[in-house]
Amino acid sequence: MASTIRVDIVSAEGEIYSGDATMVFAPASQGDLGIAPRHAPLITTMRPGEVRVQTEDGEEQFFFITGGALEIQPYQVTVLADTAMRARDLDEAAAIDAKRRAEEAMDNQDADFDMAAAQSELAVISAQLRAIQKLRKQAKR
Amino acid sequence: MSGAKEIRGKIKSIKNTQKITKAMEMVAASKMRKAQDRMAAARPYADRIQHVIGHLAQANPDFQHPLLVERKEIRRVGYLIISTDRGLCGGLNNNLFKRALMHMQEMKAAGAEIDLSLVGSKSATFFRRFGARIVSQVSHLGDSPHVTDLIGSVKLLLDAYASGELDAVYLVHNTFVSTMSQEPTLNQLLPVEPMDKDELQSHWDYIYEPTAAELLEDLLNRYTESQVYRAVLDNIACEQAARMVAMKAATDNAGDLIGNLQLVYNKARQAAITQELSEIVSGAAAV
Repeated sequence: MASTIRVDIVSAEGEIYSGDATMVFAPASQGDLGIAPRHAPLITTMRPGEVRVQTEDGEEQFFFITGGALEIQPYQVTVLADTAMRARDLDEAAAIDAKRRAEEAMDNQDADFDMAAAQSELAVISAQLRAIQKLRKQAKR
Repeated sequence: MSGAKEIRGKIKSIKNTQKITKAMEMVAASKMRKAQDRMAAARPYADRIQHVIGHLAQANPDFQHPLLVERKEIRRVGYLIISTDRGLCGGLNNNLFKRALMHMQEMKAAGAEIDLSLVGSKSATFFRRFGARIVSQVSHLGDSPHVTDLIGSVKLLLDAYASGELDAVYLVHNTFVSTMSQEPTLNQLLPVEPMDKDELQSHWDYIYEPTAAELLEDLLNRYTESQVYRAVLDNIACEQAARMVAMKAATDNAGDLIGNLQLVYNKARQAAITQELSEIVSGAAAV
């Protein structure tokens, strides 16, 4: 019987930790969880806090996470960590920021999207590129 | 020998340009490798979250999350277009815009309005000129973008989709095939396409805290963000690869030019020597 549980801590930007543990502690959204091998399968969200991983040789590793999701299978724990502090109002601020930039960019313009003009310009550019390529081939010969 | 001096000057300036293009080529090559590493690093998270969503979606089949439901009537579509910030990368952006415009035209023919959400300053300058409705814009993410930089744009799209303002959202970006080829791709971002049920191997009977529906909401948002993040990384790898190829071509061209000019220069020099010699000889003969 295996007395360890596999732990993977991943974030969208990269793998943070991967290894075996005898015990894992995680800050789930509805209270801290202590996860031993053969824990019942569970999926939950996490609040900001510390994930503690106890390895077989008695060492303890700490990872601060800012939230995310947690998936537990009997011999496998996956922490899907957020890469940054997430809060509804912070996200809102980011959204407003992105919108503001777009509005600034759209300033003094009210015309309709002129798709025909866009397409003809692209056609010109790609014709130019093709011509350059042809010229280059000729020059090589 | 007046021509020779000018030619020498020209050769020198082309050599300087060649040094720059050569340097850019090497920088692009190393940045491309880093971008590929970053793509590999982002993969485990995306795979994992996709699995978990698959389990959650299966957990209560009677509940259909709005982000997973295909809408019948499409009145307004959103496009999240990821372009580069800088030029000198061949036809990379143009091919991408062409792909997007093709799809937009189909949508417009079907009677749908179009919203744009742009990443990268090249797409901003391009689409702004043609009066598109731009709802959000981010640029200058640099070579190592962070998910945080994209949250705003993605949230706007998610909110617009949830409120029924948008009925579908497409993600347009370049896909890295190889150093020599990058493929402009258009994927459906929203509604999230359900994954193959067969791919979910072991099916555990999970406990859900809080409820599966609430978890799904949270995870679908994260999943969408990670999709966009990966697309941005992919596009960066493409940008560097395209730039590397473009700069290699420029370096080669500069080499050809230098070779040709060198020939012209040698000829001019030889002509001048011959002329001088014949002048001396004829001068001596006259004495």
